[in-house]
Amino acid sequence: MISERIRDDFPLLRQQMHGKPLVYLDSAATSQKPRVVLDALQRYYEEYNANVHRGIYWLAEEATRRYEESRAKVARFIHAPRPEEVVFTRGTTESINLVAATWGRANVRAGDEILLTEMEHHSNIVPWQLLAAEKGARLRYIPFDGQGRLVLDDLDTLLTERTRLVALTHQSNVLGTINPVEEITRRAHAAGALVLVDGAQSVPHLPVDVQRLGCDFLAFSAHKMCGPTGAGALWARYDLLEAMPPYHGGGEMIMLVQLDRSTYKDPPHKFEAGTPNIADCIAWGAAIDYLEGLGMAAVREHERQLVRYALGQLREVQGVKVYGPEDIEQRGGAIAIDVAGAHPHDVAQILDREGIAVRAGHHCAQPLHRRLDISASTRASVYVYNTPGDIDALVRGLEAVRRIFALPTAARDR
Amino acid sequence: MGLDDLYREIILDHYAHPRNRGRPADADITVEGANPLCGDELAIFVRLDEGTIRDVHFEGRGCSISQASASLLTEEMKGKTLPEAIALVQQFKGMMHGQPSALDETDLAALQGVRKFPVRVKCATLAWVALQQGIEEFQAGKQVVVRATSEGPE
Repeated sequence: MISERIRDDFPLLRQQMHGKPLVYLDSAATSQKPRVVLDALQRYYEEYNANVHRGIYWLAEEATRRYEESRAKVARFIHAPRPEEVVFTRGTTESINLVAATWGRANVRAGDEILLTEMEHHSNIVPWQLLAAEKGARLRYIPFDGQGRLVLDDLDTLLTERTRLVALTHQSNVLGTINPVEEITRRAHAAGALVLVDGAQSVPHLPVDVQRLGCDFLAFSAHKMCGPTGAGALWARYDLLEAMPPYHGGGEMIMLVQLDRSTYKDPPHKFEAGTPNIADCIAWGAAIDYLEGLGMAAVREHERQLVRYALGQLREVQGVKVYGPEDIEQRGGAIAIDVAGAHPHDVAQILDREGIAVRAGHHCAQPLHRRLDISASTRASVYVYNTPGDIDALVRGLEAVRRIFALPTAARDR
Repeated sequence: MGLDDLYREIILDHYAHPRNRGRPADADITVEGANPLCGDELAIFVRLDEGTIRDVHFEGRGCSISQASASLLTEEMKGKTLPEAIALVQQFKGMMHGQPSALDETDLAALQGVRKFPVRVKCATLAWVALQQGIEEFQAGKQVVVRATSEGPE
């Protein structure tokens, strides 16, 4: 496992919460940031803050160089063939909306189908609902089984000649399921559909190689992988980006503007109108350096061992039900649980008093929860800085929940 | 601010043993409430007897605070006229927002501890906001099922 000493790299983790050491188990929502990322942000603003792709003075050149260097790091991190295939966005949500608004508007017609899964985050459902409503297209869904694994038996029936796109999450933000993207992509391509992968929960946690996955689009965010909020990327095959119409119009994305028409730059700049999020994109590069220093195979192995430990420990707590695959090879570090007799809000509130940060609610996946026939769940999620001791604290916290909700038998019934 | 303030015995008791849970077939006012933030869902059913509340029932799922608050509401509303019911809702919402309250001597005072946990106040007021909306729609002559959210009028 990764050494506990890396916790010292994360300034926030040093603090106490309600007088107890902070146990941060909500990295699926956002990760904490190492000092090197915070330093990169500050250095940009203190030493070479200038707008990119414009000035011919040194500061502007330096800012541009670092911004483009960060793009190259992002590309290398996901094994993209070329940096120009990486479009900087505000995050996964904007990346998916970009595809829906450009590729989608140009390619999806009335009667066409978009295939999603029942475990998608709202950000990979709602953009397609908007597109489908505009175009008269239809959304279909791949179901999942009792262990939160996609049921692919009927995939070839769900994929029809009308299917334009399959959009699915690589790793579920609730169930932790790692989906067989390679196989689904192969079958989708055979049916003539393109594939968009929501990598918000996989790129931070697993070695991801877009060439091996074979997908056409990959959307992901910086802030879940030690980087700042407000930065993310869309990766797409270059020929697709070339054929897609622009997203936002404005400066930075144009070649020549006349009064009645304009010509656009080549990808990725065609999709980056206006002053981009320079500082955060550069700091994201520092986050990638940090993760590569640890090694993504080591990150995955660390989480695998933590999840194995957590599943074993949680099974020992009476009344706790764990959702998602039992096989740790098929799951990542998001662990959604149910505590019999205690609502997730109450669970999270009591855990907070123990210094433990978990998420309670529907985690932006209402259809998934409806499918599980629950309105909400409690989710603990791990990252590189978590330790088996954090899991022990969680288990002790859940025992406290059970104590508080163990009611006296002589209830005041009236 | 300890958890004891939040999880008072009365609250845990009403959560474990909710009063007036169920769905009468002949409700005069039916109102559904939802807290989109956490997915709490609640339905409230009021039966009237010549302008007076004969009884209130509720159904739904949610956290201990939202369920206990709904259960307490059903007890407190019995026998009230509709204007009295609205006035009680106002008093309750006032109490939950820290105003001096005449409810200190009632079981509802058990919910005062929720004030120290601001994100949970909406859980406590969900049933009350829903009931108020239901009564107001009923008074306006609308008999349809009303959908209220905890984001509604405070």
